[in-house]
Amino acid sequence: MSTIDYTKNEVFVEGNRTLKQIDDVIIAPLDRIPNLKFFIALGFTLTLLLIGTVAIGLSFYYGTGLWGNNNPVGWAWPIVNFVFWVGIGHAGTLISAILFLLRQKWRNGIARFAEAMTIFAVITALIFPIIHTGRPWVAAVYLLPYPNQHSLWVNFNSPLLWDVFAVSTYFTVSLVFWYVGLIPDFAVLRDRATGKAKKVIYSIFSLGWRFSNRHWQHYEMTYLILAGLATPLVLSVHTIVSFDFAVSILPGWHTTIFPPYFVAGAIFSGFAMVQNSLVVIRNVFDMQDLIPLNTLETMNKIILLTGTMVGYAYSMEFFIAWYSGSQPEYFTFVNRAFGPYSWAYWIMFSCNVFIPQLFWIKKIRRSIPLMFIIAIFVNIGMWFERFVITVTSLSRDYLPSSWGYYSPTITDIAILLGSFGLFFTLTLLFTRFLPSIAIAEIKAVSEGAQPTHHGEDHE
Amino acid sequence: MSKLYSIAALFDTPNSIMDAAAKVQDAGYENYDVNTPYPVHGMDDQMKLRPSKMGYYTITIGLTFMSLMLFFMYWVYNIDYPQVIGGKPLFPLPAFVPIMFEATVLTGAVLTVAIMIIFYFKFPNNSHPLHDSDYMKAVSSDKFGICIEATDPKFDINAVKDFLKSIGATQIDEIYFDEEEVNHKNKVLEPKFVIGLILIAGFTSLSVYLHMNKLLYIPPFDWMMVQHKVTAQDHSDFFENGISSRQPVEGTVARGFMPYLYVDDIEGASENLQNPYPATAENIELGKRKYLTYCSPCHGDLGKGDSRLKGQFPNGPTIHSDKIVDWTDGRLYHVITEGQNVMPGYKKTVTRKERWSIVNYVRTLQRALDAKVEDMQ
Repeated sequence: MSTIDYTKNEVFVEGNRTLKQIDDVIIAPLDRIPNLKFFIALGFTLTLLLIGTVAIGLSFYYGTGLWGNNNPVGWAWPIVNFVFWVGIGHAGTLISAILFLLRQKWRNGIARFAEAMTIFAVITALIFPIIHTGRPWVAAVYLLPYPNQHSLWVNFNSPLLWDVFAVSTYFTVSLVFWYVGLIPDFAVLRDRATGKAKKVIYSIFSLGWRFSNRHWQHYEMTYLILAGLATPLVLSVHTIVSFDFAVSILPGWHTTIFPPYFVAGAIFSGFAMVQNSLVVIRNVFDMQDLIPLNTLETMNKIILLTGTMVGYAYSMEFFIAWYSGSQPEYFTFVNRAFGPYSWAYWIMFSCNVFIPQLFWIKKIRRSIPLMFIIAIFVNIGMWFERFVITVTSLSRDYLPSSWGYYSPTITDIAILLGSFGLFFTLTLLFTRFLPSIAIAEIKAVSEGAQPTHHGEDHE
Repeated sequence: MSKLYSIAALFDTPNSIMDAAAKVQDAGYENYDVNTPYPVHGMDDQMKLRPSKMGYYTITIGLTFMSLMLFFMYWVYNIDYPQVIGGKPLFPLPAFVPIMFEATVLTGAVLTVAIMIIFYFKFPNNSHPLHDSDYMKAVSSDKFGICIEATDPKFDINAVKDFLKSIGATQIDEIYFDEEEVNHKNKVLEPKFVIGLILIAGFTSLSVYLHMNKLLYIPPFDWMMVQHKVTAQDHSDFFENGISSRQPVEGTVARGFMPYLYVDDIEGASENLQNPYPATAENIELGKRKYLTYCSPCHGDLGKGDSRLKGQFPNGPTIHSDKIVDWTDGRLYHVITEGQNVMPGYKKTVTRKERWSIVNYVRTLQRALDAKVEDMQ
């Protein structure tokens, strides 16, 4: 070969396992009864989920007056949490689709898990706009264009409706993408299954996959197409979420930097969340060599890159606020940094811009405890970013007589805790019941899996 | 009845399966397949498969649904229910772009996968002969297999076995299938199926009934039937008289209503009131309509006092008597408004403008029935 293979010097599947051993390691958590650690974790997340469920139930019964939303700040925690969770989802599609198109082999070990996190994050995110409608059991009636007795249609001019389409498309396409990836793995599970019930369930979900090469051919093409469709989709989703703000005329929201800034922030927080979960999963299930340190280090580099992009966006917003000469705009940004919400602003700024800069140092990038802590800070910072954007702009807009201060109620906090409970409960159940690493994909990139020379001259 | 489906051979390494696939292809077999636990790069070339056409479906479907969505939004905004929102035009193309894009991606992704699974793979198919064989269990895990089917024109059981052995197969199996099992078709009217359908129907009806008739009447699903507010005819503990509605302040005048100043003062009315509505064709027409509705039953269609009521109610007098012809418009208006003798007042049922229009019409009738010479000219 005349070309140099730059991917050779970094190994993304360590341990030199045989293909059979790869099956064994990945499927092990599905076959054995989970250990005590798993049940303690599940108990903890279910408790959080219960707290959130009770809070949401009370909100349905007594109304959204239980929340802290007030007159100037009508869009408070619900939209903050929505944007936060949708953002978490973005890392999954980036890993599974964009890195697939860029032929980044290190993605194979974490793609399945990241996609699952996308789906769970979008489910969690969807709770918030739906409960914010006040009568969620008729939410579909408000949101979807369907022929009705009032002959009314939804408003196709509104970014909020674009959001409905974007997020539901994102969810559906992610689910399809995830399921297509799971079909061969269900077939592996089917062929290993011993119990009758398991065999029936896996057979149904594998659809009767036969590992036929005449199928693999179309399968790989379709996977490529899905990756090609998901790539602009993931960029569009947070762009459209940012339109919810940017298309309005509120100072601090009405800026053209929002779409790229939101997308970078989404990938930033998503990678932090995926990295956090992977660190836990690889320790709990002994998959250190399937998700090697090299992979985590690469993820940390992306966190560093996107964190710096987010820092650039913060600074550029400030610069434009001054440079535009628009007084309300200028006031909003000074108010963010030095007004009543300056504490939130500086939490955001230090967690998102300063702390990830530690990843310039290779030792920190490769230290599991330190990277774990830094990623937690990143998530705290990104949650506060959405809080700062939403609440500071709304609480002090053009008319000083209607300014107000927002503070959350205990119900708001309980619902936020519940959203973490839902997300991590789903993640835990996923690792218990489905292969959390794509078996076929990891086999395809393991050492010696591909023919050395295309068969013509066999030794 | 067992029939031979295929001869299946297993190989150990990706290199050997690549060689073997090329040799099987070169030997002229057509109905064969290669089964590998993951896609082996370059296998398509060895099997001489034509490139996959899935992309054409995606772009056709995506562009079709994108156009349909654009047309749908155009139809909603311009044909079905045109309405201006925020001063935006009725066909704001840039605002439609996000939804067109999402429609393209959604349909392109979902339908491409559906076409692949249903038409290319013919899935779900869990009754294929290969399923549950040792061969399938090996290729799903770590072996690489070639499977030459009995339907191949060149198929000969011993020749195929020898050939596979010669190209380095480590294990050779014969795969059989039970014809009846593979081709088994369930009857539609099987008792289990019918009972299942009935149970589903019963469950659906019951849950819809409970949902529509019970659940939707329990708070908080009850369409805000129960609310912490005072309604008009409610009892109220807060107010002294126990009535929730408050009376307006004395002397309150409702918007658009002029209070009548001459309730008990017919002389004042006849002296001071002027008809504010001129005798235009339009007003007379309105007066005629109201006269025929409210006045004619007693006074007669032309006001001659020829009641239609045939004595069931005292006959109204004629309006063509000199007494009434000489009345001022104000007096006539007062009588219509407040009534006289057995005639009730009409201020509750006939508006001010309509009463004045009736006055105009009565004057027209009087003039028409008792026309003077100058009227003829």
